[in-house]
Amino acid sequence: MSPVYGRLLMLIVLASTWQGIAWLVNSSDFPSLFIVAESFIYHFFQGDMLVNLGVTLTRVLISFIIAMILGVLIGIVMGTSKRLNQLSDTLLIIVLNVPALVTILLCYIWFGLVEAAAITAVVINKIPTVVVMIREGARVVDDDLLNVAKVYKLSLSKTFFKVFLPQLYPYIMASARAGLSLIWKIVLVVELLGRSDGVGFALNTLFQFFDIAGILAYTFAFISIVLVIENLIFRPLDKLIARGAHNDSA
Amino acid sequence: MIALDITIKDKCYTNSPLTVLKDIQFSAKPGEFIAIIGPSGSGKTTLLNMLSGLEDASGQKMVFNEKALNVCTDYQLGYVFQQPRLMPWLTVNENIQLVLPTIEEEKIETLLAQVGLAGKGSYYPKQLSGGMQRRVAIARAFAVNPELILLDEPFNSLDAPTAAKLRLLLVNLCKSCGSTVVFVTHDLSEAINLADRILFMSSSPSSIIHQAVVDLPKPRQESGSAELAWQAKLMNQYPQILSGSVAKEL
Repeated sequence: MSPVYGRLLMLIVLASTWQGIAWLVNSSDFPSLFIVAESFIYHFFQGDMLVNLGVTLTRVLISFIIAMILGVLIGIVMGTSKRLNQLSDTLLIIVLNVPALVTILLCYIWFGLVEAAAITAVVINKIPTVVVMIREGARVVDDDLLNVAKVYKLSLSKTFFKVFLPQLYPYIMASARAGLSLIWKIVLVVELLGRSDGVGFALNTLFQFFDIAGILAYTFAFISIVLVIENLIFRPLDKLIARGAHNDSA
Repeated sequence: MIALDITIKDKCYTNSPLTVLKDIQFSAKPGEFIAIIGPSGSGKTTLLNMLSGLEDASGQKMVFNEKALNVCTDYQLGYVFQQPRLMPWLTVNENIQLVLPTIEEEKIETLLAQVGLAGKGSYYPKQLSGGMQRRVAIARAFAVNPELILLDEPFNSLDAPTAAKLRLLLVNLCKSCGSTVVFVTHDLSEAINLADRILFMSSSPSSIIHQAVVDLPKPRQESGSAELAWQAKLMNQYPQILSGSVAKEL
């Protein structure tokens, strides 16, 4: 069976199980797929779903980019310099273990209920996990290849971009993947606690009306976007990064 | 072309009291092919690394073309390492362009044809065999028109016919480039086949225990009678020279 059919079959099994349970339970707390679809269409065409998704996606994108850039830079520095690593290792463990909720609350208290506070809170939550992964990558960078760069007198920027950084791509990719799903989730909490738009805010409103179908409709919209990002951005990037990594004949 | 005059009083690694090299003194005329033979762990690679500037040579007398330098930065250097050390994420062409961005496509094609890899420029290293990867590494080293070329057991662990082919290739490339060569090996017949002069090293802490001028006409033959006779004479005179001793008795 081809992988596409396998994935489709999995989806069909999942959907029919859901539908079966909904029929059996027959309660508004467990809406059937049709009711969820109806709700989705309503929120999509008449509600603020598009606006909310757009707002949330923008927040995710901004915090993702900032967290990745800072995380990669700090990770490289900590992975290559033993002394700086020793100095900041404890700090890293502390930041890694501060609950996301605490960072969010503190940011709102210190900076006020503003957009910058929301983004900062997400970024602070994400950076340590990026740093941990990139640091591991930077630790195992192949000195032999760096020596080639030295012998042939490559410029510093060329050594970095053509010899050093490509060795980190798999680590950057892994942390980007893990990062996106984590950031989605934290952004929703941030929105729920202190913003008046976005998916998190919408979910909170729906929760107050016990609109289960609406909550599920938003969830589906949300998952679809992640699937699109995975297929349109991450998979092609994977292929690009894996070039030269296999010994299949050209 | 470049003349060498090297005097290394003693060389230790940082954080280690062990002396690796002691009282090394040798010189090379421009365009001369020097082979260095010594038992494993006798610091042959360290010596090449000091010549290339990868290993600290401060406090030693390193004279290149009558200029005392600690590192060979003023001169174009080619280094063929024990392992090919190609960037796996770059194609063969890109690997060569990496060390010489100004190189023209045609020049790369000619170089690849010279090493018997015509048309393989768009392959990634992993798509090539070990012997082919070494040939790319040799092409890369000669792409920069090196004045001094260092080779560290480049034909190690290759089957005999491939190694013989690559030796022939090396001789031709050296002739067309006119580079001064320092070639490290542990294979005496290989050294006799290629070198103008052979330096024999002792085991650690290593010094040069014997220098022999190979006064045989070029081109030489693999296991030719004159070559075998030269080798037999040397081994008769110094039976333990390959284990790093000039003692007469076995």
